Amino acid sequence: MAVTPAAKLDAQKLRADFAVFDDLVNGKPVAYLDSASSTQKPRHVLDAMREFYEHSYANVHRGVYTLAENATAGFEGAREKVRAYVNAPSSREVIFTRSATEALNLVAYAWGLDNLGPGDVVVITELEHHANFVPWQFIAKKTGAEFAHIPIDDLGELQLDALDEIASRGNVKVVANNLVSNTLGTINPVERLAAWAHEQGAIMVVDAAQAAPHKKIDVQALGCDFLAFSSHKLCGPSGVGALWGRRELLESMQPFNFGGEMIRSVSLERTSWNELPYKFEAGTPAIAEAYGFGVALDYVSEVGLDAIEAHEHELVVQTMDALAEIDGIRMFGPPADRRTGIVSFELENVHPHDVAQILNWENVAVRAGHHCTQPLMTRLGVAATTRASFYLYSIPEDVDRLVAGLHKVKETFGV
Amino acid sequence: MSDLDQQMYREVILDHYKNPRGHGPLEPHDAHAEGQNPLCGDEVTIFVRFGDDGDTIDDISFEGRGCAISQAATSMLTEMVKGRKASEVAVLPRDELLEEIGIPLTPIRLKCALLGLGVLKVALHRSKGTPLPEEWRGMDDDLRLD
Repeated sequence: MAVTPAAKLDAQKLRADFAVFDDLVNGKPVAYLDSASSTQKPRHVLDAMREFYEHSYANVHRGVYTLAENATAGFEGAREKVRAYVNAPSSREVIFTRSATEALNLVAYAWGLDNLGPGDVVVITELEHHANFVPWQFIAKKTGAEFAHIPIDDLGELQLDALDEIASRGNVKVVANNLVSNTLGTINPVERLAAWAHEQGAIMVVDAAQAAPHKKIDVQALGCDFLAFSSHKLCGPSGVGALWGRRELLESMQPFNFGGEMIRSVSLERTSWNELPYKFEAGTPAIAEAYGFGVALDYVSEVGLDAIEAHEHELVVQTMDALAEIDGIRMFGPPADRRTGIVSFELENVHPHDVAQILNWENVAVRAGHHCTQPLMTRLGVAATTRASFYLYSIPEDVDRLVAGLHKVKETFGV
Repeated sequence: MSDLDQQMYREVILDHYKNPRGHGPLEPHDAHAEGQNPLCGDEVTIFVRFGDDGDTIDDISFEGRGCAISQAATSMLTEMVKGRKASEVAVLPRDELLEEIGIPLTPIRLKCALLGLGVLKVALHRSKGTPLPEEWRGMDDDLRLD
């Protein structure tokens, strides 16, 4: 990874934007190592949302009064920011959803139900988050399609040599994969999978929830057909996410939710759908949250995705080097240069929940559990892992405190 | 109310609204389409009759109900396109109509002003296979209960 001085970020300086780091326990702020789950929010986003709620708030797309025009402009402005963030050709192809999860469900239902059947194959991977796994498992079962997975090797990387065998099972119609594994941080070869999917006549659905906050996303370069991500993992509010989809696919699909906003006209005999993207946005959306999502995208972009990626890489290297020195620690996933800011590990003979509990005594916040990736846990042969994950406000001292905390765990358990 | 606000209902708009040109059904007609704007509930149906060359818009009329902007804009549109080639009108830039309307419009009210033009393009699309405006694509995938 090329780390240029210009791409450097100053995490200490950025921390001043996050009020949570002003809260001290025993003189120290939280060592927040759970950003892969959700990130903290900078004042920019919170202030902008408050300002929006106080001075520009009304329902969108309906009222003709100034407040409604302003609210609509703020909401639609955020849509344009999402479009630019993923380099989508048109903001008509950007649909606001409740979350990345809802975006993936939208594709599975609205595309899957009408396009899958017996003889078809739905392909996911062994390291999918449940959000891009279970919807496809359900729709495959419902339509009679086969549900196949791409296995991973011991480093948590996709075994693409399994693709030929998968293709021999039937008509591959959809390939669903996360760009970055939320559990291992693995950066997956989505471009190659998308090319393979298209060779098979399949669509490529990308879960970018864990990728979008940490590296540049370009849907045109990836060559995918759908891409989902959420606001709350990149400094924005929870309750809003986005789906990008190719226009011709979105146009050919039936709506996912029905109600207000998504219609053009309704009668007792016949109802017609609104234009894109509104066809897929039934009901009052999370208006201020979408606005805040846009502000968060500005914030993250201003810090710089190259700088964020480089910063996290340094922290991952520091963590992996330090954990390698601790007896009884087993780390999962690929080498540092093939992952984003995530380190998953287990400590021999201590359950991850106990590890996390004792780390909390030191005000070190990590995630312990299956990370919504139970098939991956099965493959790794563990029930759960402890996961430390970083973002633009993470600092080397957080890692030092994690390491010190792990020694405390070992001391407590006598391992 | 500012001067800008007043311009929205300048005389020519109110005149077209109260005395719409080319109003009522056109029989016989060669092309027609109807459309709605979900914002105001505006409805517009447009009828077109072509000349002997099968391309020139010989006559055009509309029916509808809705806000003053949508109805006046459609009325002005019928005057604008009469005598012009269908192939040319099918790709008529929206700014040409907006210039003719000549009033400041917020993004939401733009939809009202452009409803008639969209419906006309749908009618031409159905009759002549000319391109659909992008906001009207995918319109045939609706829910029919009959």
